Amino acid sequence: MSESKGRMQVLQGNEACAVGALAAGVNFFGGYPITPSSEIAEVMSQCLPLMGGRFIQMEDEIASIAAIVGASLAGAKAMTATSGPGFSLMQENIGFAAIAEVPCLIVNVQRAGPSTGLPTQPAQADVQQTRWGTHGDHAMIALAPSSVLECFTMTVDCINLSERYRTPVVLLSDEVIGHMRESVTLPAPGTYRVEPRKLPEEDGSDYRPYCECEGDPLPALSAFGDEHRYHVTGLTHDARGFPTMVKEEVDLKIRGIVGKIENCADELASYEEFMIDDADVLLFAYGSTARVAKSSVRDLRKRGVRAGLLRTRTIWPFSSTRLQELSEQMKLVVVPEMNLGQLSLEVERAVCGATEVRQLGKVDGDLFTPDEIAEFTMEAVGK
Amino acid sequence: MSEAIKVARTYLRPDKKLPTVWCGGCGLGIIMSAMLRAIANVGVDKNKVAVVSGIGCTGRMPTYVDFNTLHTTHGRGLAFATGVKVARPELTVIAAMGDGDALAIGGNHFIHACRRNIDMTAVVANNQIYGMTGGQYSPTTPHGKRGTTAPYGNVEHAFDTAALAVGAGATFVARTSVYHAREAAALIEKAIRHKGFSVVEVMANCHTSYGRMNKFASPVDMLEWMRDNSVPVKAAERMDAKDLEGKFTRGIMVETEKPEFIQAYDELAERMVADPAAVAGVKKIIQAYDEMADQLKSTEG
Repeated sequence: MSESKGRMQVLQGNEACAVGALAAGVNFFGGYPITPSSEIAEVMSQCLPLMGGRFIQMEDEIASIAAIVGASLAGAKAMTATSGPGFSLMQENIGFAAIAEVPCLIVNVQRAGPSTGLPTQPAQADVQQTRWGTHGDHAMIALAPSSVLECFTMTVDCINLSERYRTPVVLLSDEVIGHMRESVTLPAPGTYRVEPRKLPEEDGSDYRPYCECEGDPLPALSAFGDEHRYHVTGLTHDARGFPTMVKEEVDLKIRGIVGKIENCADELASYEEFMIDDADVLLFAYGSTARVAKSSVRDLRKRGVRAGLLRTRTIWPFSSTRLQELSEQMKLVVVPEMNLGQLSLEVERAVCGATEVRQLGKVDGDLFTPDEIAEFTMEAVGK
Repeated sequence: MSEAIKVARTYLRPDKKLPTVWCGGCGLGIIMSAMLRAIANVGVDKNKVAVVSGIGCTGRMPTYVDFNTLHTTHGRGLAFATGVKVARPELTVIAAMGDGDALAIGGNHFIHACRRNIDMTAVVANNQIYGMTGGQYSPTTPHGKRGTTAPYGNVEHAFDTAALAVGAGATFVARTSVYHAREAAALIEKAIRHKGFSVVEVMANCHTSYGRMNKFASPVDMLEWMRDNSVPVKAAERMDAKDLEGKFTRGIMVETEKPEFIQAYDELAERMVADPAAVAGVKKIIQAYDEMADQLKSTEG
């Protein structure tokens, strides 16, 4: 995102997300009301009719994601927004979008669970559900915003990534980020990249919607109604989209949908580094927790601990590279997150015993305080 | 060239998709053929037809037909179809579903599609059983009939699919059977031409699963049962409930008009674009409204 020409305005995270979606060319929204994400649907229902798009409120979240996948196949840039219980219901057709390789965006404004949990309170407990919620081998792209501005920019990024990788992408927001109001200056149109829907150039008879050989570039996705008349199925399929049980074709398909994302983990990794250069204690955080952790770093510095913060914007695919580099200079990595150990498991795998990793979990529905994280860290370093 | 061969050559996929996965004598072939003849009669460009399905024997129907085809998850065909149609209204969208798919796991989507009145057609192949999974009882298995999960007889009661569609607000509802193959084609054609959400229920034979457990020796017995136990809607009006027991009515149950979703939405949108209060409301959130609106409109399909 380059420099913007817009004016400052006060926006809520969920509103900024909706504006970002429209900026990225989203012209179809299918959704179902759920706290704390409903503002996204409300803003989309208000704006889309005036901007040449269409909004539809479906009968449940299963139907919502089904509708956006259908719309995407018909050439629309399509999204939905939900929270934990709805996200659980969507897993079925997130898997469909993954195997059928259909771009779409799911915004999950996380709240505390399981089940109905605490509908109005924040959590970060859907991190592993995002990665593994649908059955079968697949990969996932998920980004976590930490500010209202990032609700805008990351929604644009998510749409772009879903188009580039032809895959469902999750914006993993949380109740605090979604409902927070901040002064922001949104980037003006033309200053950020919008990935267009790439349409195939070849004519109908020879069209293949899927890769034929390992390492083939991802074919462009034809829109229903153009001349290609191809088949889309949730069954494992060949390059033309027709069901197959041929071992080589099945293997190629599954490795393909995983590899196209996992092999780009380093490329997709995006971090904010804060006071990292001389740090020997690393706080690793994301989403609303990362905002708090930044204050904790300042506190810890005052108290003689050389702390630094690595805030990851990319949750999935999880990249180990930067963490491995940094773990050599750290005597401790602390992972505060609003769950009882989810992304910390990935951190442990990345650090691989090079240094100690401690998870600080919080599941009482409240945001961390800077003190909580600082105290825990002081104790862990033995001060 | 006979009409049937012409339809087959025009609308079945030319490359290695046949034979179908269906058992010999299955009613689904008749329904697929009725659907193709209906599309041929309406005369829609193949590129502008989308056939969507869920899971089960009927779910495989899109594989064989030369349109934009979408074989989705169990019960969700209509929800996917909704997205396809609303994103690209110039498409003729047909959802092919079995009874378990449409009415059990997809029951919620079915009634809401009826209520919403989006211009698409649901063809419900009702063979009164889960065929693909081996003959378990479905929401349309009659009380007392057998399935592999009702080995002593079904204690539940069946949906009347067409009545359910009428109750849920579908603006065109019809029922027939695979015995009445020409009527099936004619009704599907009417359904496609109807502006609004249309449902055609086609009673079908699953002799392999339903017939085997319910004393139908062959597909022919099942077709004859449909011939002998179906009552045209008009005739049924003169019969009492007792006479109709164990039979089904066929013909058009409802043919009415109410505003179609996409048309109503677009008309409303057109009014709002010209409404200063609505525009001001959007501009309050989106500063770059004018530029972004232009951008979105220019990328519209």
